[in-house]
Amino acid sequence: MLAGLGLAGPALLLLLALFLLPTLSIFVIAATDWQFGAQTLAFVGLDNFSALFADPTFRRALINTLGFVAVVVPATVGLGLLVALLIESDRSLRGFYRAVHFLPFMATLAAMAVVWEALLHPTLGLVNQVLAAFGAPTANWLRDERTALPVLAVIAIWQNLGFAMVIFLAALKAVPQELYDAAAVDGADAGYDRLQTVTLPLIAPATVFVVIAVAIRAFETFDPVLILTHGGPANASELLLHLLYVESFDYMRTGYGAAVTVVFLLIIMALTLAQARVMDHRRREP
Amino acid sequence: MTSVSLRDIAKSYGATPVLKGVSLEVAAGEFLTLVGPSGCGKSTLLRTIAGLETSDRGSVAIGDRVVDGQRPKARDVAMVFQSYALYPHMTVEGNLALPLRMRRLSAWQRLPVIGRALPGAVEVTELIAHDVREVARSLAIDGLLARKPSQLSGGQRQRVAVGRALVRRPKVFLMDEPLSNLDAKLRIEMRSELKELHRRLGITFIYVTHDQCEAMTLSDRVAVMMAGELVQVASPQDLYADPQDVRVATFIGSPGINLIGATVDANGTVRVAGTVFGLATGLAPGSVELGIRPEALHRVERAGVRTLSGRVHLVEHLGSDLLVHVTTDGAARPVVARMTPAQGRDLKRGDAVHVAVDAANVLMFDADGRRLRPPATPALLPQAHG
Repeated sequence: MLAGLGLAGPALLLLLALFLLPTLSIFVIAATDWQFGAQTLAFVGLDNFSALFADPTFRRALINTLGFVAVVVPATVGLGLLVALLIESDRSLRGFYRAVHFLPFMATLAAMAVVWEALLHPTLGLVNQVLAAFGAPTANWLRDERTALPVLAVIAIWQNLGFAMVIFLAALKAVPQELYDAAAVDGADAGYDRLQTVTLPLIAPATVFVVIAVAIRAFETFDPVLILTHGGPANASELLLHLLYVESFDYMRTGYGAAVTVVFLLIIMALTLAQARVMDHRRREP
Repeated sequence: MTSVSLRDIAKSYGATPVLKGVSLEVAAGEFLTLVGPSGCGKSTLLRTIAGLETSDRGSVAIGDRVVDGQRPKARDVAMVFQSYALYPHMTVEGNLALPLRMRRLSAWQRLPVIGRALPGAVEVTELIAHDVREVARSLAIDGLLARKPSQLSGGQRQRVAVGRALVRRPKVFLMDEPLSNLDAKLRIEMRSELKELHRRLGITFIYVTHDQCEAMTLSDRVAVMMAGELVQVASPQDLYADPQDVRVATFIGSPGINLIGATVDANGTVRVAGTVFGLATGLAPGSVELGIRPEALHRVERAGVRTLSGRVHLVEHLGSDLLVHVTTDGAARPVVARMTPAQGRDLKRGDAVHVAVDAANVLMFDADGRRLRPPATPALLPQAHG
């Protein structure tokens, strides 16, 4: 017993210091009116949370975030699978395509956001110039209430596509050739039939993983909001993590920010638990 | 009843030829086995028949229909794979039903939920379920229909794989090493079941294996492949007793045939290690190789005509008989003789021993490994075919 504790001790201590205590302190701070740097604080119970849900900015951010995730996840997973299938189906230039699609995931988003800003510039940006050349209507993409959030979604899809693709490529490689052969003899030899009979069921575990991982990453979207839109115009592109940052570090309303963090943590935790459950279920009954 | 005819099939992967112009006629209802060491192209040939590989040259006909360029599903063949290739996410019932669903239901009717609402879908689905149950019953797997492949033993998976191939009553049944993943005992059991299945169905079976024992026990005819070529196609008996090529002679039979280097002298007589062996051939002088099956050798008291003399290297007891390994002057490797326990009772390592062979039981091969049939050496069988 003692030896066991001794062996688990270092890991336990680290877990406590780096994860459990900070998390716990978030929950405690969320129940106070503490402002960063203030000498005093008072416990206010659930006041922060009732204020939160009465706050139109928070409600807007929550709805924006949910909508953002609802668009980014299916688009990323669908496109990632499509790209992976295309790359897998033709061996030529495979490495090149793989690298090209994976680059955005590897690159620092802060740097990439600058490139996007340049592309989307209302007068000098390539996007508007191309649109204008074809006579299509242009827009002030990042300053328009209707386009700001969709543009952020496109950037998130562009960035996570490579990640989804790499996981799908690995999963596709693991599908035994004999199953494709058996399906071909049985009559499911191409296109949708083959996808439905062999490919999709066999890469299902990878798909679950990709969906959850991309969902978590989408919930955590922060840098493009900060760099490109600051959540504006009129909160049209406000997302949870950016709001959390603004409340905690711009307005120094640490207690309020902690309450946002709690909501955010609960969402991420629910997603992680869902993933663990599905994965565990699959392991037990493949 | 459908025959299969292969004409001059050739295939290479890059610069490596895998099949070098293989022609083969498989009679309707025949059980033909393609056997050979790994990498000889036997699986590629089978996959070419199935339509899973396209050959660079040559033509495949199933029945009187040339099927070149046709997709596997259009060829009306079924295949059992080495790994069984069962769909892991489907139950046994789902696995068995899939080939029928793909054939009998339209793409719309196969859609989940909506499909069942389309006209005819329910009736066809019921017919499929009926056929699936029937096949499952005939293979004694009807108790497993609700299970997933991961919950089955190796033998049960094998049956399901056979069932999935059987369920749509194909014209030709192709099997790619279907027994190689089973343990030895189960393999022998399944072997006789496959034989029985072939007898009952009467359809054409083409079977690939690297196991000469499976090939010999199962087949009407065996096609031996070496390095992308058919070396000999014959009944198991002929293949054993009358091989056309030294590679066939060594591949078939366990323990393997004894090969002894020899020369033909100016009189046309065979000499082993310089000594006259007692075999008149009428061949031109040169070097030959003698092939003698272990059971063709019998122990004699003293050296005489057609005897090999040496010392016992090893005695293996097999129960019903003994394998005696004898080191002789002529052979690079010990000569193996199969003896009755009575014949070899007193033998132990180091003993001097003489073994003799009848002239009719000596096979001769030339320097290229081709069988020599000198007039003075009558073949064991009156006339070999194939």
